Amino acid sequence: MASRRAIVACERAVGMHAAARTRASIAQRLSTKTSTCQCQQQRWNSVSQKPNSDRVRFPGAVDSKFTTSLDFTTKDQAMPTFRVLDAEGQFADPQNVPPETSPEELLKMYKDMVFVSIMDLIMFDAQRQGLISFYMVSAGEEAITVGSASSLRADDVIFAQYRETGVFQYRGFTPDDFMAQLFHTKNDAGLGRNMPVHYGSNKLHLHTISSPLATQIPHAAGAAYALKIQAQQNPTEPARVVACYFGEGAASEGDFHAALNIAATRGSPVIFICRNNGYAISTPTLDQYRGDGIASRGVGYGIDTIRVDGNDILAVREVTRQARERALKGNGQPVLIEAMSYRVSHHSTSDDSFAYRARVEVEEWKRRDNPITRLRKHLELRNLWDESKEKEMRSEMRQTVLKAYRKAEKEKAPALRNMMDDVYETWTEEQREQMKKLRTILETYPDEYDISAYDEGLDGLNEKK
Amino acid sequence: MLRPISSRIGNAIPTITRRSYASHPPKARLNLPTDYGTTPLLHHTSKAALANQELSEEARNGTTSRINLFQAINGALAHALRTDQRVMLFGEDVAFGGVFRCSMNLASEFGEDRVFNTPLSEQGLVGFGIGAAMEGMRPVAEIQFADYVYPAFDQIVNEAAKARFRAGVNKGMDCGGLTVRMPCGSVGHGALYHTQSPESLFTHIPGVHVVVPRSPMQAKGLLLAAIECPDPVVFMEPKILYRAAVEHVPEEAYTLPLNKAETLKQGKDITIISYGTPLYTCQSAITAAEKDFDCTIELIDLRTIFPWDRQTVISSVNKTGRCIVVHESMVNAGVGAEVAATVQEGCFLRLEAPVQRVAGWTTHTGLAYEKFVIPDVARVYDAIKNVLEY
Repeated sequence: MASRRAIVACERAVGMHAAARTRASIAQRLSTKTSTCQCQQQRWNSVSQKPNSDRVRFPGAVDSKFTTSLDFTTKDQAMPTFRVLDAEGQFADPQNVPPETSPEELLKMYKDMVFVSIMDLIMFDAQRQGLISFYMVSAGEEAITVGSASSLRADDVIFAQYRETGVFQYRGFTPDDFMAQLFHTKNDAGLGRNMPVHYGSNKLHLHTISSPLATQIPHAAGAAYALKIQAQQNPTEPARVVACYFGEGAASEGDFHAALNIAATRGSPVIFICRNNGYAISTPTLDQYRGDGIASRGVGYGIDTIRVDGNDILAVREVTRQARERALKGNGQPVLIEAMSYRVSHHSTSDDSFAYRARVEVEEWKRRDNPITRLRKHLELRNLWDESKEKEMRSEMRQTVLKAYRKAEKEKAPALRNMMDDVYETWTEEQREQMKKLRTILETYPDEYDISAYDEGLDGLNEKK
Repeated sequence: MLRPISSRIGNAIPTITRRSYASHPPKARLNLPTDYGTTPLLHHTSKAALANQELSEEARNGTTSRINLFQAINGALAHALRTDQRVMLFGEDVAFGGVFRCSMNLASEFGEDRVFNTPLSEQGLVGFGIGAAMEGMRPVAEIQFADYVYPAFDQIVNEAAKARFRAGVNKGMDCGGLTVRMPCGSVGHGALYHTQSPESLFTHIPGVHVVVPRSPMQAKGLLLAAIECPDPVVFMEPKILYRAAVEHVPEEAYTLPLNKAETLKQGKDITIISYGTPLYTCQSAITAAEKDFDCTIELIDLRTIFPWDRQTVISSVNKTGRCIVVHESMVNAGVGAEVAATVQEGCFLRLEAPVQRVAGWTTHTGLAYEKFVIPDVARVYDAIKNVLEY
């Protein structure tokens, strides 16, 4: 009887019912213990619990003790926040220091954070002057992106939200790459199609950013599963993981929950990295959730989870390093990192955050802690950095950005055919006719259009061979 | 989020090479920016506004104020919240006034129980609205951009639209009173995800009304009608008009009829049918074409895109014999297809030329290409020329 019940449960669990496979064949597969649904087997064995057992052994909760005390579970204490450096840049616990990071690496991380902050300042202002249409800065969150990127392999796959410029910078996106995208020139990998800061690079394994929130999180679960299957099929290739970034606001979307759950059930080697910066545009975390941040949800989905001080780049680097190891352990599994920070900037150039938060709140945060300052203090304590190096670096970086900026500003936009290319692999008959119509319009009314800014002018409308 | 703000912070650019991303060619005669200060589609005087025969007598005998579209929405919401305890307003960033300022001061005036932020989940907040409507409230749910409504598509299509139908004789368990508001349409630099007008996805769904106002006065009256409507309403607000469209709007509360088109301008040679922002494009094209081609053109604003006012359109085209439909979103399976098919059925023998559709091309709106994808004055003008010469 028990085994019959077990078979029924198994059929349900794997969604087979009577249609596809017979019970006999399932029973046979179970008896050989080579079943593909071993986890289910474990669960329905547990249904046939021993008499007088002290545990509930329902398929949905296999190790829950019986109790006669009626207690609702309420919010526990907040999960701790891991840090390596204190606010003064010293090791918070000198007895417990992560593996040494080389001075070169430390300096690269520092410079990448500073570069992002300098470019942000310039491009924020460029938007204010009407030179680009939109921009988003990373102020206060540079350590999360640069620190986590520093612990990934260069070919690990990344899905970003939109405030991960530090990841692109660390991976090797060049000033020219940034400017080509921001000014939507013909050198933009996105072919002038996307709003500024929606970067992407196949060479650097960075999927192109999409504005809708949280949509990339299930992609990351699926992409990681693809990497896992491919690693099984090519065992000599080094194993890779996926890293996926999003904010605490995006974690309210259904896609977040679906993604964590499916990643857990399929054992996807993915590192979910939540940047909890306290605000989703104007919405403070109190209106966003009432649980213990985003980290508590990872635990709910059966995912190894850690909370880290996002202003501490060495802490972010270390948790990502260990998360990566965990993600690849055994048959693969997801890991959730919640990096705590504060969104020092406005949400974007379209936002004036002083409409919903006090200026003094922002000023206080800036004064109290800053990921760049903290690493700088650490570098100075280790005699790796000083004021003159700082000055020289900042001036050089500024020049680098402005040089790329001036170059991109003069560059033409991509050819007009790019408005239609890539919707489908090739133009449809209807699209071809539409582009013909557009050409006729442009030729009939030449004074009504300025196509001189587009590469190849009118010929740019010709279909790609 | 594309709200323009005036404050400048810092000045990190030493050399200023003005390369504006939104400009028009110097010799253009047709493709000029809409002059909202003079367009006949807006009421520039109090008298003109109060002459509208669709207004209630009270509204017609009252005064007006000169406001833009987001202020009109704000005024309508304030009125609904003030006069009907069942009305609630919520969505992402609604409490501080909304990213387009439509809910400004409403949380402080009506309290955080009725005007509030939701967590960032469109499916969640629309589903929440459906539940509240099913239990007798009149929720107004705001989606921050129409481009982000898709997680809520299931809730709108499978739940809001079908709730009454499936409940049968179990009356009162429907979604009447639910209004889902969302800013839509192009602004010049919204690219893939801040430009969309997904109205035709909803016009395919029986059970929801789809409304797109063209002006502050229309927005106020249509929104109040939507909130009163016994069916769920998808209310799409052309976001470029939030600040650009300014006109005299009656101070009194009033509703304007749903499912009824409005003829904005009489004409005898061509009927142009549109809604929302492209009406201004059409108006500019009409002005130029009437001068150049010695013709008169009728302009119809559908206002409610579905269920739509077929009779007004059919009788107009039966009068003029020529028909052009203009909308921003993609031409393929768009609203224009439905209008054109209906006109063909209702006016076949009267048609002097094939019905023209001037709409977005069959593509996504790439940042650098928006002005070539979205219908402009030249394209509408050209369509007018074509139907006249056919």
